[in-house]
Amino acid sequence: MARSVTQQRKAINTAVAWAVGLLIFFPILWTILTSFKTEAQAINDPPLFLFFDWTLENYAVVQERSDYMRFLWNSIIIAGGSTILGIIIAVPAAWSMAFVPSKRTKDILLWMLSTKMLPAVGVLYPIYLVFIRLGLLDTRIGLVVVLMLINLPIIIWMLYTYFKEIPGEILEAARMDGATLKEEILYVLTPMAVPGIASTLLLNIILAWNEAFWTLNLTAANAAPLTAFIASYSSPEGLFYAKLSAASTMAIAPILILGWFSQKQLVRGLTFGAVK
Amino acid sequence: MGRITLDKVTKRFGTAEVIPPLDLTIEDGEFTVFVGPSGCGKSTLLRLIAGLEDVSSGQIRIDGADATMTPPAKRGLAMVFQSYALYPHMSVRKNIAFPMKMAKMPQEEQDRRIESAAKALNLTDYLERRPGQLSGGQRQRVAIGRAIVREPSAFLFDEPLSNLDAALRVGMRLEISELHKRLQTTMVYVTHDQVEAMTMADKIVVLRAGYIEQVGSPLDLYHAPQNIFVAGFIGSPKMNFIEGPEAAKYDAHTIGVRPEHIAISDSEGPWSGVVGVSEHLGSDTFFHIHDTGLAETITVRADGEVGFRHGDRVHLTPRTDVIHRFDSEGLRITA
Amino acid sequence: MATQHSRSAARIMMAPAVILLLGWMLVPLTMTVLFSFKKYLPLRGGDLGWVGFDNYVRFVSSSAFWPSVQVTLVIVGGVLAITVALGVLLALLLDQPMWGQGIVRILVIAPFFVMPTVSALVWKNMFMDPVNGLFAHLWKFFGAEPISWLSEASIQSIIMIVSWQWLPFATLILLTAIQSLDSEQLEASEMDGASPLARFGYIILPHLGRAITVVVLIQTIFLLSIFAEIYVTTQGAFGTRTLTFLIFQRVLESQNVGLGSAGGVYAIILANIVAAFLMRIVGKNLDS
Repeated sequence: MARSVTQQRKAINTAVAWAVGLLIFFPILWTILTSFKTEAQAINDPPLFLFFDWTLENYAVVQERSDYMRFLWNSIIIAGGSTILGIIIAVPAAWSMAFVPSKRTKDILLWMLSTKMLPAVGVLYPIYLVFIRLGLLDTRIGLVVVLMLINLPIIIWMLYTYFKEIPGEILEAARMDGATLKEEILYVLTPMAVPGIASTLLLNIILAWNEAFWTLNLTAANAAPLTAFIASYSSPEGLFYAKLSAASTMAIAPILILGWFSQKQLVRGLTFGAVK
Repeated sequence: MGRITLDKVTKRFGTAEVIPPLDLTIEDGEFTVFVGPSGCGKSTLLRLIAGLEDVSSGQIRIDGADATMTPPAKRGLAMVFQSYALYPHMSVRKNIAFPMKMAKMPQEEQDRRIESAAKALNLTDYLERRPGQLSGGQRQRVAIGRAIVREPSAFLFDEPLSNLDAALRVGMRLEISELHKRLQTTMVYVTHDQVEAMTMADKIVVLRAGYIEQVGSPLDLYHAPQNIFVAGFIGSPKMNFIEGPEAAKYDAHTIGVRPEHIAISDSEGPWSGVVGVSEHLGSDTFFHIHDTGLAETITVRADGEVGFRHGDRVHLTPRTDVIHRFDSEGLRITA
Repeated sequence: MATQHSRSAARIMMAPAVILLLGWMLVPLTMTVLFSFKKYLPLRGGDLGWVGFDNYVRFVSSSAFWPSVQVTLVIVGGVLAITVALGVLLALLLDQPMWGQGIVRILVIAPFFVMPTVSALVWKNMFMDPVNGLFAHLWKFFGAEPISWLSEASIQSIIMIVSWQWLPFATLILLTAIQSLDSEQLEASEMDGASPLARFGYIILPHLGRAITVVVLIQTIFLLSIFAEIYVTTQGAFGTRTLTFLIFQRVLESQNVGLGSAGGVYAIILANIVAAFLMRIVGKNLDS
């Protein structure tokens, strides 16, 4: 039962919460604002908040100078590709563990989780070597595979927890009704699991989009996604606040929007069902 | 046709033996109820027949043909689940059509069967709704509809009424019984509720810990329970059990007297005691009698008009012709 | 609860995921362990043979090792303390009735979705720059001398950036946990005469215990391997070289693979110790 509170109390809550919320959000807001300033206005003393000449020129410059579209395209392919590939591999595995559990299911799930905890830096060189041998260094396909592998445990876990909520009796009913395994998964399980699969998809696109260890270390010019593109601004010659802001805004905007849709699933996905 | 034969069927989960070797025949057209307390293996037994579980050993025959290794869909059986197991993303029509779609039945035939099932089950107005928009009773009927359209050789019911409220349960009980009378198809029904078993079954199979305690018609079980377990399980309120000298008078280790076979009076009777709680149902009254020196309490069923109060001293007369006698093993002593 | 048929189908359907993850784990791990026992300098002679535990001894006895462990612990500990403490407060705040709750929630969560390289660069340049950063303006406004954050208070700066990124995560999970608290429990304690502070201490905080543990463990695993934040800000200078960054430098910058691999094995062991605790909690949850 929700407790009723006085309007006054609610007003205070609202004021405090909005103040804190805006404070936390401020760096993002500031970045977005700065992206519309000229370089001179961006470093103006005192800083300019809203009253400046709004311009879109930074976006144009970033776009044409740095081949932004190529980085964006790499990000999309790497994040989208690794997620879809991961889901294709994870759905059957999660089905097995959720509906045909054996004595070892729990161990397998925990083991899968443990691979996620392997510190990347510990296996950096071997992966680097393997990539050189296989000609995968600085290729999109290489990154798709690596990001798929590092996120596969999370994908399987999320799908597993969603599948667990589907009553097994429904799948048994389908079996009694004459559905083959393929029909059972296609006509009964998948439609029921669409919300779960969608949020898994969303969360993993976000994680892959923002991944910044392998994308920085395994790419150079060809396959570099937005994480690497932004990192290139850390060198001194790239120090243009307005352009940095425009580039940053473009890099984070799509994911901010996706992220807001998936905030509920975030908890489940990142705590492996340990907090509900 | 639907004659189901279990021949030395066993089921083990790991090392735990859930069903010890078990033989049972369910005749064609028979309404058979598996009844027993929770954990007695009745649902497992049903799932073995359905093919949702493998038997560990033994043979299951359907109409004489070995079906032990046949996948569930090929056994010609339909099942109604406890949770109804409706497909939430499909309309009622699609739910009912699903088994026919899987069997690749011609569309006209599907439509014909859906219409007739919907009519028989009062679902015609709901065919385009989703299961989520239906009441519990309606969902139950959809689940039955989905089973009917396959024209199976036998229906399997796994506690189908346990999710309904009391009033609906009585109604659905009648509907399922009527369905059986009309279709004359074999039905196997699992429940933990002995009232459902007594009211619906042609044949009751009482199970305990995987063992069949007794098989028989409802009245067989009521009149001649083979052991104390069945005697206590069938009948409501429960049979009274008395041990010691009183039982010895009848040459038995234990005697059982049903509450409806004891007369209560304020003046005469061989047994006496003090009235504890009395439960007034209107038509009947159940008295719980203490301090009889025979058992902790003796339950007596009397006419609704009988009005003893808490603390009254009363006398009881058992009907000696229907006293059940059991030996020290708990088995019935005949003649 | 299944038949032989479905069990064998299940095994086949699980195989691709298991085999891939097994390969992903075993192949690099084996290589790392092998390299760690070798003198291996790809640019200066390549594989120079077995050296036993030399790399392990050298890695630990190098002057950079203990400082890097210390830096790692300070950063992880600092971020954990800040995110958990502020996270609990924020979660309590967001759980109160207010207008526009959904929007505030979105504002608070947003930093989590910002890619690490972006947040590190934005903080480094637009906030912490000693000349043009907003902090410098703020300090000057109050008449103070602007601080050169990333060189003078480098660790604190990194902690601040990383805390900003992870605060939403802690808040979101703790908020979920608070909302799962049965409000009748709170009402019962209110009837029993507990003050708001007592309710927090005796009812809410114990209820959050599990969620806090989960937050601490998961964050620890991610924080032990933070990389981009250091890569684009200090490059490990000014006393911000974490264990992860030290290994990265040994392997890719000085191309001493044997030494770096030994460091990698240490990192793996460290992560596994933390992971073992997390697994026990997650595993317990699987049973229920």
